[in-house]
Amino acid sequence: MRRKRVMPPVLTGLVRELIGSEGGKGDRIVPPTGFTAQLTLFSAGAMAFLAVFALSLALATGRLADRWSSELAGSVTVRVSAPAAQLDARVQSVLTILQTTPGAGQARRLPQDEVAALLEPWFGPDMPVDALPVPALIDLPVSGRDFDPEGLALRLEAEVPGAVLDDHSTWRRPLVSAAQRLRVLGMVSLLLIGAASAAMITLAAKAALAANGQVIRVLRLIGARDITIATAFVRRFTRRAAVGASVGTLAGMAAVAMLPDTSAAGGFLTGLGFQGWGWLLPLLIPVAAAGVGFVATRWAALKMLEAVR
Amino acid sequence: MIEMRDVGFGYHGEADLLSGMTLTLQPGMFHFLTGPSGSGKTTLLRLCYADLLPRSGQMTAFGHDMQTLDRDGIALLRRRVGVVHQDPQFLDHLPLAENVALPMTVSGEPVDMEALRDLLGWVQLSQHARALPPSLSGGERQRAALARAVILSPDLVLADEPTGNLDWEMSMRLLQLLIELNKSGKTVLVATHDLNLIRAAKAQVSARVLRISGGRLQLAGADL
Repeated sequence: MRRKRVMPPVLTGLVRELIGSEGGKGDRIVPPTGFTAQLTLFSAGAMAFLAVFALSLALATGRLADRWSSELAGSVTVRVSAPAAQLDARVQSVLTILQTTPGAGQARRLPQDEVAALLEPWFGPDMPVDALPVPALIDLPVSGRDFDPEGLALRLEAEVPGAVLDDHSTWRRPLVSAAQRLRVLGMVSLLLIGAASAAMITLAAKAALAANGQVIRVLRLIGARDITIATAFVRRFTRRAAVGASVGTLAGMAAVAMLPDTSAAGGFLTGLGFQGWGWLLPLLIPVAAAGVGFVATRWAALKMLEAVR
Repeated sequence: MIEMRDVGFGYHGEADLLSGMTLTLQPGMFHFLTGPSGSGKTTLLRLCYADLLPRSGQMTAFGHDMQTLDRDGIALLRRRVGVVHQDPQFLDHLPLAENVALPMTVSGEPVDMEALRDLLGWVQLSQHARALPPSLSGGERQRAALARAVILSPDLVLADEPTGNLDWEMSMRLLQLLIELNKSGKTVLVATHDLNLIRAAKAQVSARVLRISGGRLQLAGADL
């Protein structure tokens, strides 16, 4: 009489719910549930749509943090201020020092047109940079781990008056920190979306179970095991979550694809899209939604069935 | 089959409704359980299919201690015990034939369509195979419930006031079906307060009549 309860592996069960034939005998024991079906489809679709953006944000900010971190850490700038007559000589002194600095790459003085391009956002186009006391800028790629920015700064300060080393750390740190926090926020958003989806599917499943109290009592009376009854509900909700999430994911991916690309406008927001293999990641959202639907409904069903002997 | 030893039962927060119940349902026997309304007939039947648990004493079904059955164990027990209620419930969205075959569906057994047709014919419901339960009369529902109760060929059939809502003619038809079941080897326990039904049955089959009185079980006398 007593039989050992065999719990099928969750993944096996999930796959079976998704590929099993809808409307089969197992499913037919539960009456059609129009409202909860629509609720589950809609909520899964909406959550998947939002999840695409949260994922996109997390990936983009991750890329941004990495890029800012590596690009800015990969070079330093030396700013040389001096009267016009002495500027070239001091720049040459700096370049000489940089050539002998361990870990330093090939230093390069920025030509006037590049300096003008840097100033253009503030002064507008066609600004006569020559007429301004603009310091000379030397870009120094960092090529080795033995590069010592603090030592170089002290040496420049001592040997070339008006030469200042800027290793970008002052503004790099908060930017990288902000990007990293945005990435964490994106991940937290994904988790919240998953939790909210689970809550909504659980509510919908509980509503369906409560509305079918008589069905459940009849099934128990004729010898149905809990898992048999639960499976009929689980299959429906798993499918609905997967279908709704698939539609929401495709809509979200289409919306992300329609964002302006980086080259068209530049700036932070235009980098929100997926890149390369990253486009495959949103396709995991319907799978995750099906998993959430499966686990949430199964938990709700088995919990509610405990109340029916 | 079902064995009770000094079983007591009371609903939550109430005194014992049944006490000192000692009973053995013998295989192949036809049993009647009688007593006034509220005496505990339905409660005793519910104990037999593990819908309720005894408060005291020992109770076994097919050799298994019913107090230690887990939920799957209860489900498996109910596949060996067919139950017919006074007001049988069905899945109203499924046709009658599917409702009758439901115990096979949920137990994962393939439905033998020919056997199902025979069973519906036995309870004279062949023409209603595709009808939905709400469209059936009281007598048809009772016979459908009986068909559903026996489709898994259970060892024991319990019927709780099965003729309570039926006229005499329909009651006799249902009784005939129960007697046929018993003659085919099934153990039958019918709870009823209808003494005429018991007398009609005893004219055709050897039946053991049990009476609940004052919360205790007695073997009824020859007056029945």
